[in-house]
Amino acid sequence: MRNTDFQRTLSAQDLSAVRLSRWYDRVHVDPILVTLLTVVIVFGLVVLRSAVAGNEPLYEAQLKRLGVAYVALIVAAQAPPYFYQRMAPLIYLFGLVFLVLVLFFGVQVKGSQRWLDVFGLFRFQPSELMKLAVPMAVAWYLQKRSLPPSLKYTLACLCIILLPALLIGRQPDLGTSILVFGAGFSVLLLAGLSWRWVLWSGLAVAAAAPLIWQFVLEGYQRQRILTLFDPQSDPLGAGWNIIQSTTAIGSGGLFGKGLFQGSQSYLEFLPEARTDFIVAVLGEELGFVGVAFLLLMYLLIIARGLWLASQAQSTFGRLLAGAFVFTFFVYVFVNVAMVSGILPVVGVPLPLVSYGGTSAITLMAGFGVIMSVRTHKAW
Amino acid sequence: MAFESSIKDQSREVELFVGRATTLFVGVVLLLGILALRLLELQVWNYDTYASRSDDNRMRVQTLAPARGMIFDRNGQLLADNQNASSLALVVDEISDVQKTLDALTSILALSEAQENEILARLRSRRTSDAHVVIIDSLSESEVSRLAVNRHVLPGVLVVNQLVRFYPYGEIAAHAVGSVRRMTDDDLRRVDPVQYSATTFIGKRGVEAFYEEQLHGAVGYQKAETDALGRKRQTLDVQSPLAGKDIHLHLDIELQKASVEALSGRRGAIVALDPRSGGVLAMVSMPAYDPNIFVTGMSESAFSALSSSEYVPLFNRATNGQYAPGSTFKPIVGLSGIANGRVAWDDEIEDRGAFQLPGQERVYRDWSWTKDDSGGQGMVDLRRAIYRSSNVYFYDLASRLPIRSLIDFADEFGMGQNLVLDIPSASQGLLPDPVWKQGVKGLPWYPGDSVNMGIGQGDLLATPMQMAVVAATFANRGYRVSPRMAQESYDGDSSAAFATASARTNRVGLEQLSDDDWEKMVASMEDVIHRGNQGFRGNGTAWSYIGRDIEYRMAGKSGTAQVVEISQGEEYDEEELSEFDRKHAWFIAFAPVENPTIALAVLVENGGGGSSVAAPVARAVIDAHMKQQRLQGLHNMAMAE
Repeated sequence: MRNTDFQRTLSAQDLSAVRLSRWYDRVHVDPILVTLLTVVIVFGLVVLRSAVAGNEPLYEAQLKRLGVAYVALIVAAQAPPYFYQRMAPLIYLFGLVFLVLVLFFGVQVKGSQRWLDVFGLFRFQPSELMKLAVPMAVAWYLQKRSLPPSLKYTLACLCIILLPALLIGRQPDLGTSILVFGAGFSVLLLAGLSWRWVLWSGLAVAAAAPLIWQFVLEGYQRQRILTLFDPQSDPLGAGWNIIQSTTAIGSGGLFGKGLFQGSQSYLEFLPEARTDFIVAVLGEELGFVGVAFLLLMYLLIIARGLWLASQAQSTFGRLLAGAFVFTFFVYVFVNVAMVSGILPVVGVPLPLVSYGGTSAITLMAGFGVIMSVRTHKAW
Repeated sequence: MAFESSIKDQSREVELFVGRATTLFVGVVLLLGILALRLLELQVWNYDTYASRSDDNRMRVQTLAPARGMIFDRNGQLLADNQNASSLALVVDEISDVQKTLDALTSILALSEAQENEILARLRSRRTSDAHVVIIDSLSESEVSRLAVNRHVLPGVLVVNQLVRFYPYGEIAAHAVGSVRRMTDDDLRRVDPVQYSATTFIGKRGVEAFYEEQLHGAVGYQKAETDALGRKRQTLDVQSPLAGKDIHLHLDIELQKASVEALSGRRGAIVALDPRSGGVLAMVSMPAYDPNIFVTGMSESAFSALSSSEYVPLFNRATNGQYAPGSTFKPIVGLSGIANGRVAWDDEIEDRGAFQLPGQERVYRDWSWTKDDSGGQGMVDLRRAIYRSSNVYFYDLASRLPIRSLIDFADEFGMGQNLVLDIPSASQGLLPDPVWKQGVKGLPWYPGDSVNMGIGQGDLLATPMQMAVVAATFANRGYRVSPRMAQESYDGDSSAAFATASARTNRVGLEQLSDDDWEKMVASMEDVIHRGNQGFRGNGTAWSYIGRDIEYRMAGKSGTAQVVEISQGEEYDEEELSEFDRKHAWFIAFAPVENPTIALAVLVENGGGGSSVAAPVARAVIDAHMKQQRLQGLHNMAMAE
């Protein structure tokens, strides 16, 4: 044994001893990250307050869900990484089975089949579970292999990712499909996937774009992409959302029209103002300053999340935590980009701000895992 | 060894991870930077574009229709009112699939196919300036609530309140007041598009049409905040519309009602004037129509039934029905003879019931002629010729009068002219003369034409309105008036013309006729009604029908106008003629004789004898007028005390 190796092991033990001396480490919660998340959640609740336009029951329901989300965070933080590692293949397989069941027995809502009715007791969306299960499975697969992954292992990982992503795309739920793919793929990137391969496969996809356009995309999806380039071609139909959301954001100006003063959302021009398009309400009422503040908070969350991930004591924990952070970013980017009219409209909520429980709970559980990997010993 | 390599892996993997995470974090910062740039583009660089787009979204400038002026009778009774109605309107710009919306409406409101077609027609003929198109005029309360319940599936569908015309007297005053109709494309081309941008109805007939400009008022505007479904949330700025002017008519709705009753369902017309002003006190044309159906909408079949009926209820007989005046023309012929000096009041001729022009075979008969009785009124002077309505006297007189002077004289009474000041498109009748006959018929004026004109037959035509003017002229002892509906001019520019026209015109036959001549003619016409108990052929023609129990002095003249020519030697037999070939019954009258306050003309289409059929109608109308005058007199006295 070389000296350096020995030293490092010692110092790691030292470090963990210091860490565990802090009270918040003993409950496995990172105060900085929790503070940042809470700032975003409170800010989001203020915007949502305006977007619900006086619909109190809706607002209270969201408050309850966020309470549940905090509980999910704390619970997820208590479980040690090796627990997730052991459960990863199992959760993934269950998720796949559920996804197949959804295809056959799912409940149809607004034209797509995403929900599973469990004995009439409650409804459950397996694709939401896959946002956590896929990165877990990929991280589980890679932690046993030496990194960066070889071509063989990379292809195996792609299979793990694409199988559920395609099943979800069939529902159809392009938004979640993208998030699941993003979550799994970010594990590969963090694991050191060769940039050259990424570049080549990117070029290959670009070359295949006409074929994808022709054979993979559904008519309405093609319409959404076309609309992006010329919203005025169908101002009352496909172009409506994008015209109204850019109008809302643009009319907010630098400082906004003032909280609760957004005419676009109050007069119901803005579609889905509470859910996917809530950033337009923010942009209209609090202006560029408001949106920029939120984006800055998101950036800080991502930075803190990545730092926590880098402190993980196992490869699995590191990869998983890092992947969750990037999934979170994909949420932010896809949502803001689509509402501001630079990406086609896909169903992705603004994390921790949009009305709706499932994604908030999943995300907060993800942050719980991130906090777990730093404060728990690898084994 | 495995242990060692695992440790090495760990350290390398941490480095790898940190490197990758750093790279990706840089990517995150770049992508968030792109989002920030996009937001700057929208919110800062292109702020003006989006701000105005947002304002365009929420603000809607709506034009506001002015309330139409109301129409009152001379005693302040409301003849045309405005009522609030809930109407269904579509904001077409906000409906992506109009057919789908219509289907939904059809199922919610249980619309009939005819209604659907009407809606489609209205959508086709909509004006581009319209913010919304009214597709159903008056909704019931239950329809309004059903629409409210289904509001979420009906974007762009509005329930709007609009003022619509209401005619409380329905068909009683239909032809007098006129009616409004939904504006058509033709109307739109004629009117000021700005002033009418919010207006749905326009005056189409009668007073409503003539005073359209005054009744309409001026358009208003409102700037309103409107939501995505086209519903108004709040009003930001309003410029109120200016209501139209109210119009007060000479019409007396009580007299109008009495006139309708007096006709008791028969076809015909009554025009009653105030001879002092020319104001129309009553104007009835029967059968009539309910003008309210033009407002609330009616089915196509109902409209075609109305417009194709052989009894032409939409036709205003009072101003546009042209009939031979028959014997009601005789006082004009008589006075023309006096004025011309061809006859004196005490000149007598013997009326044996027949008249022949020298050297001609055709026999002109007395009205009392039958196959068994040659008829004739015996020795007749002008006065007796009037109250007995001697045909032979006027055949003879007309044959001796220069035709030009008779025609010019009749012209002074308004025959062949439209004197009505404020009723659109009243007919002018026909006063034939040699020039007209040559031009239209290609024939010269025969002496027989003059003979026929002597008893108001031949080509001579007059409307009941014109004959009411004749009656008023006699009532005024020669001063003609121009009939008018409104009490004053409602048009600033022409008020001077209106005032001049309201003054009496120069006296008819000014140079040639004395006051005495007029009084004698009035007395002759008085005899038509009041001369009674004089034995065989001694009574006024109308006495036995209306003169026995009359309590005031009334002057008049009956007339019975042939519709088809009865060939020589044939008797007129009502039974043998079809309904529309029977004689028209006329009566013109005025009262009280000394100081007339009413002058009227009654026409009963295909009614029969003037004295027997039209005179009782005239009496009933004048009775109603006199009763009212008496009551008003008592009222005024009471007020004075």
